[in-house]
Amino acid sequence: MNMFLETLIGGLLAGTMYSLVAIGFVLIYKASGVFNYAQGSLLLFGALTFVTLTDQGVPALGAIAVTIALLIVTAIAIEKLLLRPLTNRSPMTLFMATLGLSYVVEGVAQGIMGSQVRALNLGIDDLPIFLGDIMISQFDLIAAGVALAIVVVLSLLFNRTRIGIQLRGVADDTRAALSLGIDINRIWQIVWAVAGLVGLVAGLLWGARQGVQFSLSLVVLKALPVLIIGGFTSIPGAIVGGLIVGAGESLAETYIGPYLGGGITPWFAYVLALVFLFIRPAGLFGERQIERV
Amino acid sequence: MSEINLPAAAEPVDPVGLKALGIAAAIAVLLAAPFLASEYWINAIIVPFLILSLAGLGLNLLTGYAGQLSLGAGAFMMVGAYATFSLQLRVPDLPLPLALVVAGLIAGAVGLLFGIPSTRIKGFYLIVSTLAAQFFFEWLFLKFPWFYNGNSSATIALSRGLSFFGLEANTPHGRYYLTLGIVALLTLLSFNLIRGQTGRNWMAIRDMDTAAAVIGVPVFRAKLQAFAVSSFILGIAGALWAFAYLGSASVQSFGLTRSYQILFIIIIGGLGTIRGAYFGAAFVSLLPLALDWLFQHVFGGHVDAGLLQNIQKAIFGLLIIWFLIKEPEGLARLLGLQRAQGARRRLFPS
Repeated sequence: MNMFLETLIGGLLAGTMYSLVAIGFVLIYKASGVFNYAQGSLLLFGALTFVTLTDQGVPALGAIAVTIALLIVTAIAIEKLLLRPLTNRSPMTLFMATLGLSYVVEGVAQGIMGSQVRALNLGIDDLPIFLGDIMISQFDLIAAGVALAIVVVLSLLFNRTRIGIQLRGVADDTRAALSLGIDINRIWQIVWAVAGLVGLVAGLLWGARQGVQFSLSLVVLKALPVLIIGGFTSIPGAIVGGLIVGAGESLAETYIGPYLGGGITPWFAYVLALVFLFIRPAGLFGERQIERV
Repeated sequence: MSEINLPAAAEPVDPVGLKALGIAAAIAVLLAAPFLASEYWINAIIVPFLILSLAGLGLNLLTGYAGQLSLGAGAFMMVGAYATFSLQLRVPDLPLPLALVVAGLIAGAVGLLFGIPSTRIKGFYLIVSTLAAQFFFEWLFLKFPWFYNGNSSATIALSRGLSFFGLEANTPHGRYYLTLGIVALLTLLSFNLIRGQTGRNWMAIRDMDTAAAVIGVPVFRAKLQAFAVSSFILGIAGALWAFAYLGSASVQSFGLTRSYQILFIIIIGGLGTIRGAYFGAAFVSLLPLALDWLFQHVFGGHVDAGLLQNIQKAIFGLLIIWFLIKEPEGLARLLGLQRAQGARRRLFPS
């Protein structure tokens, strides 16, 4: 029983990290209908910039400030050079454009800052904490706390500020928002920048775990099943989805894995997502679309 | 009734059979290519170009014609390659061409299986199904030694090489002709599929599947057909990639990068065109060479290989975006070959 609980809790905590990546997706998808494959490369770009700066001796706060500034500039550039020319194109075209964008960001980031593995120390020790008999990683606990804090901040931003209300307006009905005089291009810039910041946090946490390197950008592939389960348009969905995937993965690896020879994590989440899709084709919290001819 | 004035599609005057002459010339060039190009070009550029074209063609049927986005092209290529290996190893009596067909059918069946979710989910949600295929087969073919016959390096290679019916296809020329023959046959097959009812159904689904269902297109069946045919072609392309080009292959030869590469081929070449796959494959094969050459000559070869790779990657991404913005119909449109458009117009007489 203890082992079960330990696996479950470990999985749930790891799942919050998946949620963190997925939230960046949801933000962009809600506001601009773009399935942003480049979220992973933006995450890598943020973490890599931070590590490179601190390696050069820049103090952590300064490095964070510069990284954030760079992410904002990137968001504006993406809006101007990619989103605007592709307005009103099919969602598939936009998706493929972000696939191209991920190549550009990865190529440029690694070309300038190198592609070797960098260690990243956030000053959080990965000590085990014992809750009764159950062992929990302190790092995971803090990561989960950060994820929670981000969700709270984002929901405040969405519900209490003028920009947040504009954001929700655009997400709800782009055309109506435009007719009310909301500057949609600026909204896109803001959303991409916020998604970039969420990505930076996720990137730093993941980077501290496994080192900052190219494979960091592959966490998009981890976030995809999370999105599918939660639905593309829902932040609570991203969180629940992350928890389900995290718990499901670690339970499956422990209890089903041995029968299949182990190492089933890379595809298990996808199979789980497919099962969910068969039951709810728009995810748990996604908006069901009504199709008209 | 309103009068509609459509300009009659002018058939180009072709008094001396220029078109027939052009086709004959093209065939002659293709057949004589091994004697015109160096062995390096045949081995390292032309054969992989042909195979990538075939793979692009396969994916284009699914993504470009039937509108089902797939990120798992590599998985179906993998299935084809490993199936061919198994068949050649365990059913030695089966000649290579038949083994390729059976391997293609196996890949097609696998494609069908992973296509089933497409009947219930669509759009982005669907890429989960194809990515599931990608990761599942990478795991499967690495995890169980049966698939690679317990080879210590977990690679697959044909022990008897590419020989069938007493023919040796192990020389560069042999491999070229084998690949060319298969690619030509499958291209012909695709052309005919696209021009028939099947292709019409696919395009109707791509343009709007709800509308297609309303006018009586069997959406369920047509989508599965697209998955099966596409995977069949991808499977054969995978087998060729493993044994006619690489010689020995592993799971890494068909990783996610390969899937993206095939997708890029059809985006750059032109979604929903047969020739687009060729243009895209040519572009993808030649761009690295061109960039290499450029850097050699501009910087005198002082560029670090890793940096070069990253620059290539960035340029690639930029080109993808540029194509999507400027020319969504790809090189096929850019090069001004509009015959397919004309043909389509004539099929719906006003």
